[in-house]
Amino acid sequence: MANNKNRPIFLDLKRIHMPVNAVMSIGHRLAGVMLFLAIPIVIYILELSLQDPEGYQQVKALFDGLLFRAVFILILWFLAHHFLAGIRYLLIDVEVGVEPAAARKSAWWVIISAVVAVLIFTQVLL
Amino acid sequence: MSRRLYGLRAWLWQRLSAVFLALCLLVFVLYMSFNSPSSYQQWLNWVSNPVVNVIAVLFFFALILHAWIGLRDVVIDYVHSDAMRLGVLSLIGLFLLANLAWVARVLFKVMV
Repeated sequence: MANNKNRPIFLDLKRIHMPVNAVMSIGHRLAGVMLFLAIPIVIYILELSLQDPEGYQQVKALFDGLLFRAVFILILWFLAHHFLAGIRYLLIDVEVGVEPAAARKSAWWVIISAVVAVLIFTQVLL
Repeated sequence: MSRRLYGLRAWLWQRLSAVFLALCLLVFVLYMSFNSPSSYQQWLNWVSNPVVNVIAVLFFFALILHAWIGLRDVVIDYVHSDAMRLGVLSLIGLFLLANLAWVARVLFKVMV
C-alpha cells in the first residue's frame, strides 16, 4: 500500500455503475454490522420473555408498539438478506454459481427473496 | 499452524459457524411458525429443555464468534492506523464478550 500512493482513485459514486453483485455484497456487509448491533436487543428480549409471566406479556406488548415493530421488521430484513447472501457465498465456495451470468442472477435472487421473506414473516409473526 | 484466529482458520470458522447458525435459525423459525408457545410456561419449558438450552448456548457462542470474525474483517478494511485498530477491536471484543456472558447467564438461570 505504501508504495502505491499515486494510484488513480475514482470514487464518484453517482457515476460508478454498481453491478447487482456489488449491491448485494455491500448489503451483506451492512446487514452483518447492523445484526451485530442488534445482538443486545435480542438478548434483552430473550431475558425479559423468560423472567416471569409479566415479562413475557411485556414482550408481547412490545410487538404492538409501532417503533419496535419497525425496528423488528428492519432486523428481519437484515437477517434475511445476510442469511440468503451467506448461502450464496457458501455455494460459490463449493464452485456452484461462479459463472458471471449465474452470479448476477443469484444476486438478484438474494435481494428479491430477502424482501419477499420479510413480507411473509411479518404476516406470520406479527 | 497457529492456534490464533486469522487467515484460513478464521475463514473456515466463519463458514462453519454460518452453517450452524443457519440450521438453528431454520429450526427456530419452524418452531415459531408451527408450534409457537401460547403461554409463558410453554415458552419457559421449551427453553429450559436441556437439549434446547445447550443448543441455545452453542448458538450464541457461534453467533459471537461469527460476529467477531466478521467485524474484525470490516475494521481491518476501513481502519488503517494500528492504534485505532487496536482500540476499535478491543471495544468490539469487550462488547461481544459482555454479551456472551449476559446471554449465558440468562440461559443458565432458567435451568436452575
